[in-house]
Amino acid sequence: MQEFIIKWLHLPPLASEHGAEVDRLLFYVHLLMVVLFVGWSAFFLYTLWRYRQRRSPGADVVGVRGHLSSYLEVGVAGVEALLLIGLAVPIWARTASAGNFPKPEDSTVIWTIGRQFNWIARYPGPDGVFGRGDVKFVSQQNPLGMDPEDPAGKDDIVVESSEVVVPVGKPVIAYVSSLDVIHGFAVKPLRVSYDAIPGLSNPTWFTPTKEGNFLITCSQLCGNGHSSMRGLLRVVKPAEYEEYLKSKAPVSAGPVSYE
Amino acid sequence: MEQASHAAGHAPPGFWRRYIFSTDHKVVGIQYGLTALVFLFIGYGLIALMRWQLAYPGQPIPLFGKLLLAVLGPDMADKGIMSPDLYNSFGAMHGTIMVFLAIVPLAAGAFGNYLVPLQIGAPDMAFPRLNMMSYWAYFCGGVVMLVSFFIPGGAAKSGWTSYSPLSTVADQTHLVDGQTLWLIGMVFLITSSLLGSINIITTVMQLRAKGLGWMRLPFFVWAQLVTAFILLLAFPPLEAAGVLQLCDNLLGTSFFLPSGLVVGGQPLPVSGGGSPLLWQHLFWFLAHPEVYVLILPAMGIVAEVLANNTRKPLFGYKSLVYSAMAIGFISFLVWAHHMYLTGMGTKISTFFQTTTMLISIPSVIILTTLMLTLWGGSIRFNTPMLFALAFLPMFGIGGLTGLPLGFSATDIQLHDTYYVIGHFHYVVAPGTIFALFAGIYYWYPKVTGRMMNEFWGKVHFALSLVFMNLVFMPMFIQGLEGMHRRMYDGGATYAAGPDVSYGLTLALKLNVGISHASWLLGAAQVPFILNFFWSLFRGKRVESDNPWQATTLEWATPTPPPHGNFLEEPVVYRDPYDYCPDASGRDFRPQHEPDGPRPASPHRPGPGVTPLPHPA
Amino acid sequence: MHAHAAASAIPYTVEPRPDTGLYNARLGIWLFLASEVMLFGALFSSYILLRVGAPEWPQRQLSIPLGTLNTFVLILSSISVVMAWLSLKRKDFGRFKLWQGATVLLALLFITVKSFEYHDKFTHYFVQTRDGQTYTGHLEGNPFNLKLSRLQALPTPPAEIVFHPDAPAGSHAGAAHPEPLKLKLADLVKLEAFGPWRSTFYAIYFVLTGLHALHVLGGILVLGYFWGPGSRMWFTEPERFTNRIEVAGLYWHFVELVWIFLFPTLYLL
Ligand code: HEA
Ligand code: HEA
Ligand code: CUA
Ligand SMILES: [Cu+2]
Repeated sequence: MQEFIIKWLHLPPLASEHGAEVDRLLFYVHLLMVVLFVGWSAFFLYTLWRYRQRRSPGADVVGVRGHLSSYLEVGVAGVEALLLIGLAVPIWARTASAGNFPKPEDSTVIWTIGRQFNWIARYPGPDGVFGRGDVKFVSQQNPLGMDPEDPAGKDDIVVESSEVVVPVGKPVIAYVSSLDVIHGFAVKPLRVSYDAIPGLSNPTWFTPTKEGNFLITCSQLCGNGHSSMRGLLRVVKPAEYEEYLKSKAPVSAGPVSYE
Repeated sequence: MEQASHAAGHAPPGFWRRYIFSTDHKVVGIQYGLTALVFLFIGYGLIALMRWQLAYPGQPIPLFGKLLLAVLGPDMADKGIMSPDLYNSFGAMHGTIMVFLAIVPLAAGAFGNYLVPLQIGAPDMAFPRLNMMSYWAYFCGGVVMLVSFFIPGGAAKSGWTSYSPLSTVADQTHLVDGQTLWLIGMVFLITSSLLGSINIITTVMQLRAKGLGWMRLPFFVWAQLVTAFILLLAFPPLEAAGVLQLCDNLLGTSFFLPSGLVVGGQPLPVSGGGSPLLWQHLFWFLAHPEVYVLILPAMGIVAEVLANNTRKPLFGYKSLVYSAMAIGFISFLVWAHHMYLTGMGTKISTFFQTTTMLISIPSVIILTTLMLTLWGGSIRFNTPMLFALAFLPMFGIGGLTGLPLGFSATDIQLHDTYYVIGHFHYVVAPGTIFALFAGIYYWYPKVTGRMMNEFWGKVHFALSLVFMNLVFMPMFIQGLEGMHRRMYDGGATYAAGPDVSYGLTLALKLNVGISHASWLLGAAQVPFILNFFWSLFRGKRVESDNPWQATTLEWATPTPPPHGNFLEEPVVYRDPYDYCPDASGRDFRPQHEPDGPRPASPHRPGPGVTPLPHPA
Repeated sequence: MHAHAAASAIPYTVEPRPDTGLYNARLGIWLFLASEVMLFGALFSSYILLRVGAPEWPQRQLSIPLGTLNTFVLILSSISVVMAWLSLKRKDFGRFKLWQGATVLLALLFITVKSFEYHDKFTHYFVQTRDGQTYTGHLEGNPFNLKLSRLQALPTPPAEIVFHPDAPAGSHAGAAHPEPLKLKLADLVKLEAFGPWRSTFYAIYFVLTGLHALHVLGGILVLGYFWGPGSRMWFTEPERFTNRIEVAGLYWHFVELVWIFLFPTLYLL
């Protein structure tokens, strides 16, 4: 089924858990669309042929009798309501509403921060806590303006190379934000997409099911580098993930960029 | 405001007062129409150039590349290659021009101005002088927008949506940049729309001819009325937003700038404390209703043409009217479906998903009703009818593809991809534009006294239909494959490669085909443009004031209608679409015709008048 | 074009249309005001959104006495416009002139007071020194809207500026005013007047009141015109002239109403 949906709708091969639901909804909606369109088109073409002037010189003023149309309209409304209540709302509740997020302790918590024109990834480090930050600390070495005084920040890992690494098979909670203008954090195969808005950090979560290098697309117009603001989400084995973090661990206190 | 009556003075005015600063709603309508067509053409020109960059990223544009280089300089089009900034400018201005300077002025400005007073049997608009001002405000807005291309830094480049903070920080080298002019231009355009909509509403409510009750109004007038209300109430918030953004850009305020912005590694020297989402809310509160402004007049035109060329009354006239009202009302409650991914709780997203599904119902009803009108008709396939018919499935596709966008869950995958581009272009391009073409071919004889050429009309139709679909249908696939909009290189950066698990393939190939189709689509307009001007002088003269044998009041005027429109005050006796064969062998009864034997009158068609210029 | 132009007088410019009970201009102005409501409505919503989102919101920044005065001025003016219209209804042109004139004068008074309030803001400064000290107060000689950059740009920049800090908040009037400070120009990192750039509060304050002031100025033009040259119409078309005064009055009431909302939201809350 999943395979068919992806082939039929030309979707990117799926690589996340919740993605299956998104695809299913996409499929049902498009099914409704095709049925309506084909049905109406048939009616349309037949009518044009049947009632062309040569074949029906005089119009039948009353035209359609009965309540067919009303039934049709109610039908469409019904199906829409069904999709809305049955799928759309629940899926959104599961994937987006704060209530249903997985527990931080059994998931990978990261920050993905957009900037003209690349992505910054931030990991909490061993203590699992992100340090405080403020603009007044911002500098070339410290793009996020993290507070050097804050112990929690000491072990935070900041990677500025537009590369985000997460372990496979475990929920990822990503806080999406931006330093300057609005960007969009989109990873098509994982059915993940969220606006990166300065001043906000929007949490979104997903569970990668496949290892691989997935493109991070910037989905919101963010200036003349928008089209080239390409990132890489590397989904790796848990062990590999640990290795990666070690390799990036800050040597000195305070975050340093590794490029 | 009430300079009204003496503005419509009798003494034959001189050239300037007659053709340039005229207060005659017909002249104003024609001014709107021609200006809007020119802008439609410009809007197309911009996208035609962008499509080259999308098909052949980074290659110099043939012919026009040198022109761009000469006019805009090397930092915009070095070696005739479109720069990212130029691409963004063109994209933003294509959207702006098409929506605010081409389609709305054509649909509401031109058709509304010219036809509403005629169809309700009024001598002119209620406030002719305001009417003239509204055109000139529109004109100034257009000039400001065009000028912005040539100022240092170029035109606005933050999308027609002008999201802050980008629109504020995009160009920090020039104080008065393209965005500033964009905002100033918008203020003109908004003013114009406000004056226009006040005029339309007052005219319809106050100047309806004797006997023309609400439920006897042609559906076109209803569509225009709802449109005017939408414009009246939805535009002011955008004006407010524009003023606020103008302050952000010029005075250094922070309405839309949050605290702690770091641009290019430097903290931005502003107070902060603003909200980028505030702009989006204010913008979409206008821009969603706006999209129904783009479609309602089109539906009105289609309804008129369908009724006339099926030779039968509209099926379910009342449900059409109520649906139009419903659309007008609900359109104010769905704006945030453009913002699903900005961080929305379940409650809010549920609300907006529900309203979005709700608003699709009246559209479904309207479309269904128009479709069923065909049943049992005696269909004449003349050019206006062909365009009107094509509108139905085209709008159908555009509307249907709105549904997956309307669910926040599926919007995750489709938001800001070419699927969205495909969705709304199907509604506005093969949808609205086709309806407007139908209207032009249909009312041309009333305006000029001559018919447009049928053959070339049909050629224009056939080619446009084919290429429109070749342009926009593939965009759905591109979108589903994951190709995002506003990509300078058409997504080449995200092409499949050895180092990535998945990348674009088919989408990139489609780019080329789409571009060629879009250029051919432009070429397909040549027959129209030639036909349009040729027919002015050579077109077949109409034998009667009512060449289509229509029922509504505009056909009861002399052709073209004189200043003041009607020779004697019209009285309405019947519903708008009273098509039914009668004793005299005539299958229609004009609204102004009393029951019983018809009084002969010089400017009304006799029984079974002129054979129609359609080759059956 | 047909040689003979048709009868083209537009109906209901003076007398109301039976079924709607309105003459055109009256409907027109109501529609216009509806759009105005949306305009100011949007700005008020923005105000609320910004204020809700703000960590702290400056309060009592504006002179309540002046605000109250202006409120009274506008209330009086909205009485006088009504009187002007009534006197026309009573065919008393002389009275009309008086009341209409009064309205215009009151409107001018409002603008004058407002400009004083603005001026105070642009001569009231915020300064920040390198060591993070911040002061609010006035500069020696009360310069208007001075900018640090502009000071530094001077051919011979002053070495230091004399600054009179405000009395600490809460201290009653008579309290000893703090000593003037001498601040080295080199030490200053920020010096700006309390203009719209100061904070979102000042931003929304200046936009709301500024836009309202523009409406008042527009009103002055219209009312003034009908008081002066425009009033000639009374002798040719009294009904239409009376209608115009009524329509202008409706507009003026709206302008006044907006202020009734602005005053508490900006001055008191
Ligand atoms: C005229 C313009 C117009 C119209 C009418 C519509 C109509 C609709 N639009 Fe669209 N929309 C736009 C113009 C329009 N839109 C624009 C310009 C944008 C992008 C703005 C930007 O970001 O730049 C947009 C974006 C947009 C989005 C945001 C997407 C995103 O950015 O992620 C959404 C989401 O809900 C949406 C939904 C809808 C819906 C549900 C309708 C519904 O009203 C549709 C209802 C109609 C139907 C359901 C059709 C019924 C069909 C049948 C009954 C079958 C008929 C068959 C035959 C005749 C053969 N639209
Ligand atoms: C009403 C609105 C409208 C209309 C009609 C169109 C029409 C067209 N649009 Fe556009 N478009 C938008 C509104 C519109 N567009 C908006 C809002 C955007 C988003 C911008 C943004 O991202 O901010 C957009 C974006 C957009 C993009 C995406 C760009 C990007 O994301 O990078 C593309 C890509 O192909 C495109 C293509 C086209 C094409 C090929 C047409 C064709 O259909 C054009 C057809 C028209 C003609 C062929 C001209 C005919 C001319 C005449 C008939 C003139 C006759 C003259 C005389 C008689 C004097 N449009
Ligand atoms: Cu970042 Cu687009
Ligand atoms: Cu919308």
